[in-house]
Amino acid sequence: MCPNQERPSEYSSSRRGFLFKLGLALNALGAILVGIPVVGYILAPARRFSSQSWIKLGGVDSFPVGQTRFAQYENPFRVQWDGDAAKVACWVRRVDAQRFQVFAVNCAHLGCPVRWFPQSKLFMCPCHGGVYYEDGSRASGPPPRGLFQYEYEIREGQLWVRGGQLPTLAGQV
Amino acid sequence: MSVIRSVSQWLEERAGLGAVVRPVMEHQVPRSSASWWYVFGSATLTLFVMQIATGICLALVYLPSADTAYDSLLYLNYVAPLGWFLRAVHFWGSNAMVAVMTLHLIQVFLFGAHKYPREMTWVVGVFLFLCTLGMAFTGQVLRWDQDAYWGLGIAASIAGRSPIIGESVVQILLGGPIIAGRTLTRFFAVHVFIVPGLLIALVGLHLFLVLRLGINEWPMPGRLVDRRTYRQRYEEEVHKDGVPFFPDAARKDMVAAGVVIIVVVLLAVIFGPFGPGGVPDPTIIDTAPKPDFYFLALYAVFALLPPWTETTLLLLGPPLAILVLFLVPFIAGTGEKSWKRRPVAVLSVILIVLIVTTLAGLGVIVPWSPHMEAWSATPTPVQYLRGRTPLQLQGALVIQNKQCRNCHSLGGEGGKRGPALDGVATRLTSDQLVRQVLQGGGNMPAYGKNLAPAEVNAVVAFMETLRPANEAPARPAAKVPPVSR
Repeated sequence: MCPNQERPSEYSSSRRGFLFKLGLALNALGAILVGIPVVGYILAPARRFSSQSWIKLGGVDSFPVGQTRFAQYENPFRVQWDGDAAKVACWVRRVDAQRFQVFAVNCAHLGCPVRWFPQSKLFMCPCHGGVYYEDGSRASGPPPRGLFQYEYEIREGQLWVRGGQLPTLAGQV
Repeated sequence: MSVIRSVSQWLEERAGLGAVVRPVMEHQVPRSSASWWYVFGSATLTLFVMQIATGICLALVYLPSADTAYDSLLYLNYVAPLGWFLRAVHFWGSNAMVAVMTLHLIQVFLFGAHKYPREMTWVVGVFLFLCTLGMAFTGQVLRWDQDAYWGLGIAASIAGRSPIIGESVVQILLGGPIIAGRTLTRFFAVHVFIVPGLLIALVGLHLFLVLRLGINEWPMPGRLVDRRTYRQRYEEEVHKDGVPFFPDAARKDMVAAGVVIIVVVLLAVIFGPFGPGGVPDPTIIDTAPKPDFYFLALYAVFALLPPWTETTLLLLGPPLAILVLFLVPFIAGTGEKSWKRRPVAVLSVILIVLIVTTLAGLGVIVPWSPHMEAWSATPTPVQYLRGRTPLQLQGALVIQNKQCRNCHSLGGEGGKRGPALDGVATRLTSDQLVRQVLQGGGNMPAYGKNLAPAEVNAVVAFMETLRPANEAPARPAAKVPPVSR
């Protein structure tokens, strides 16, 4: 309150107006200074950091020619408190001496783990009944495509795959 | 007694809370609203308070860390004194909250309470409904077991179908490239801080609106809602024939809330806590994940939609359904309130309830899922083996060994994904059987590459015997004699 009513009202109203606007501006600045980092922090996982890396699956000799074997690895982008959840499973099919196919276990439909049946040479999904042939192509059921495949390399008798993220229709292993 | 009175007078003189609370508690409500039909809202609120209390207790012990969460749940179940009871109450309380809130939604809709001037109350209520379902899903994730892990996989796979931003959405949802430690802490923060905070604020707003606009009067057929006259008529009714909310209406709310809590406690004591299920180790793939009951209907929809409609319907269906729910009071905001004169409203409720319960029922039976162990664990019915030739018996063996039973049942046992094979010989000729086995089709994989010719012969020889003695085998169309006229 201004006790002195004799003061020119223009002066005081413009000063009060300035203070009010300054208050608004400072708070808006504060909101931006805190808000942008908060939003950035929440959306940070979407940053396209390199979530792919080469991973050693094991010696090629542990995968017999003509068979499909279960294999697993630790996700290279794990954090210390991931526990068992950092483990990733995959199916390794050795076509011949040099050629492999490495499939993610996640069904292309909704991500449930597919199981391999060597007798009928089929992958079957327990959730909604997706079925795939031994080469990973879609056989029947709701999946919109075949199984997700890893890029692979053989280095010094070891099978390496490139992976690191959960395969979905948007982003593959 | 005089001590209590003087203490309360001392408090009232300083805090003045009684002067604030009394008019709220004793405000006049229409006599017709002091009904058993009006108890679901307060029962939901009571359950919410109980969920907060038990949730805080669980948070005293639970570790929201992917490597230890499972062990802390086992500790709660088996070691912490009464930990099992609090987990059980929290689980059954969440089920009850979803159920009672759904009843509240249906009652409010059928009684026309969403109409003028209570549109905002409805909109806030829909937010409360969505937040509660969000609590149900995130709570299921905190029960860090196999179902939680693969349930997140399903959520990520749906999110991954969004065009362009799919990959980003998946990673924001999971907090990283895979379902692991950073995922669990995200969902913990959502379940424990974000959504409960929203719920408390929205419940406050919801109650404020109920007080401000008055509780909905019992709808009378023929008494239409008109924006110009409604509020005046409501005021007159409350003035002429109102009762104080407390205790006249509140006593029924109190009875209902007590009954609901006691039922939850009884369920908790009888059935105990739910889960955790299998260890959340993604390399243990012998699992068939399933959501809790409130999402079974959705789970069934995923299996039953034609694949080519799936992405569109998965991404647009839920937002559209939610939008319609929000728009209800704006589509029909005035006019008839009574369900007796709103056949479309009543039929919509019946239809939606039937669809959801039918889908949820299917979600329990999961007829579309292969039975992964049927081929090795389910016996071949003896009557299909007696008196068969060695070739036919060989075929019976092939049917087991090649996992046919995972999708096809015999004698009612086995998968229901494909048609039952009992009586298949009355539907398909041997040529058709050969073709179906080799080429597949109609949701069956082609077995051409995976069966030796001798195995195909044996399988077909066996299937040709699968028909009731009094029914003729299927015949090729060319050989069926023309019908005499």
